[in-house]
Amino acid sequence: MKSQIKTGYAPNVPGGLAATFWLLVTVVPIYYIVVTSLKPRQEYFGSNPLAWPQNLTFEAYGRVLENDFALYFFNSALVTVVSVGVVLIISLLASYVIVRNRGAFAKFSHRLFLLGIAIPIQATIIPVYYMIVKMGLYDSLLALILPSIAFAIPISVLILTNFLRDVPSSLYEAMTLDGASHWQMFRLLVLPLSKPAIMAVGIYNALQVWNGFLFPLVLTQSSEVRVLPLSLWTYQGEFAVDIPAVLAAVVLSCVPLLAAYIVGRRQLVAGLTAGFSK
Amino acid sequence: MLMKSHTAPVRSRRRLGTNIGPSTWLLAPALIFFAIFALVPLLGVAVLSFMHWDGLGTPSFAGLSNWQQTFTNPVTLNAMWLTFAMTVLCYLTQAPISILVGVFMAGEQKYRAVYSVLYFLPLLFSAAAVGIAFKALLDPNFGLSKAFNIALLSQDWLGSTDLVFYVLIFVISWCFVPFHSLLYQAAVKQIPTSMNEAAMLDGAGRVRTFFSVTLPQIKYTVITSSTLMIVGSLTYFDLVFVMTNGGPGNATRILPLDMYLTGFRSYQMGAASAIAVILVVVGLAVSLLLNRFSGTDQMESQQEGA
Repeated sequence: MKSQIKTGYAPNVPGGLAATFWLLVTVVPIYYIVVTSLKPRQEYFGSNPLAWPQNLTFEAYGRVLENDFALYFFNSALVTVVSVGVVLIISLLASYVIVRNRGAFAKFSHRLFLLGIAIPIQATIIPVYYMIVKMGLYDSLLALILPSIAFAIPISVLILTNFLRDVPSSLYEAMTLDGASHWQMFRLLVLPLSKPAIMAVGIYNALQVWNGFLFPLVLTQSSEVRVLPLSLWTYQGEFAVDIPAVLAAVVLSCVPLLAAYIVGRRQLVAGLTAGFSK
Repeated sequence: MLMKSHTAPVRSRRRLGTNIGPSTWLLAPALIFFAIFALVPLLGVAVLSFMHWDGLGTPSFAGLSNWQQTFTNPVTLNAMWLTFAMTVLCYLTQAPISILVGVFMAGEQKYRAVYSVLYFLPLLFSAAAVGIAFKALLDPNFGLSKAFNIALLSQDWLGSTDLVFYVLIFVISWCFVPFHSLLYQAAVKQIPTSMNEAAMLDGAGRVRTFFSVTLPQIKYTVITSSTLMIVGSLTYFDLVFVMTNGGPGNATRILPLDMYLTGFRSYQMGAASAIAVILVVVGLAVSLLLNRFSGTDQMESQQEGA
């Protein structure tokens, strides 16, 4: 009897088979991307698309790197780092006030931010475009950074306030009795305690900004301020028939994420699902 | 260090009494950014839907003409229908697969952990990257058709008006199932093992346990995930834009794409704004409806249960 409880059900064969099928569905396109990016141009046209390259080469990567890939990568990194940095600072300050200030204004602000979660970015792109043009920021990296910050605030505030609520108020009270100012409490209590939430929010927003496509498409034009996702799209036009190079660019564009996945899978997963799962 | 000021304890006692907490001025930076680049545009899109604007000059008042155009333009009406169909079909595809994959990933067997690492991989690609990759993979001359000598797989996947819509639903599912399975995996792991053991001792089979224990236990996650899937499908843009740009013909011209093409390609920003307003209203309505339907504020209740 006891051993039966321990072993549980018999192995789930249909489940395993279905899972393996979905695994193939997931992995085959990725295998195709990698394999094709390693093929010489002529081989792409001649060989079976899913066959391992006969003349494995990194030439396609060379052609991408010659085409200003580093610049686009740098632009993406700059926009991501600045946006996420600013979002983290201002959202954490806002969340601290929302959790610790019992005034009506703080409550109202919280409601306002929660409302913002339901605003689809796409739907506001026309007025955002209008404002960016009027501000003289069109076709600059700042044009991408400013709206990216604004649209990252609601979810960041939601996650951070939920997290800060769990800090026992006895800790604040103890510090208050010790004579700490609100600023000291922020620096010595809130900041260190909310590190995991800050990590998760940072990763989540970094992914959103890094992969963002619509803002760059609408708010920038010249190649000097092009960011990675947009460059993939333009490579597709420029390289037209050079599919190995297009797919090499696709691979290169997700190198930072892959690195993050290998180094800190747990944090990356936590960041991705931040605020949506328990 | 904290006691360096003589007046500090006195001041703080006063603060304790009034319970004011940190200054609301600290809210200002977040509020200003949010107001300028999210709230003002939200009002702006409503205003622009009553204006004529070509994207360059000065907007001029247009009355209801944009709205009349939106509700009589066959392309936009078709886009509404396509968006509705895509939302329903994407949901019916994604939801069951995500739940099953999530439950599978939550299992303790070693091979499941290995599978989980691989299931995650699509999340590393941006929507633009996925669109470009699948466009190459589905090329009728050099893609999937050539890999296997099977007639069924040798199709002009993106060129056929009959197929392309379903191909998009597949690619969208490929993109988003990993994210939702992660949510479900986390939720299933929270279920106390004693509940499964009890069900097993009562003689419940695997299927019965799934429907009577697992599913009720993850219902909040089902609501969150469903909201994200449905509201998300109103806003698929990048993927469809890169893969088909609405074509062939208007076969995949869904509402967000219709908005973009009307605004930034046909320079009818007013009409595009009217479409945007529809997107906002439908999105908000769906979110609120699902919240009401669940009887709770899902975001709050999730945390309470943690």
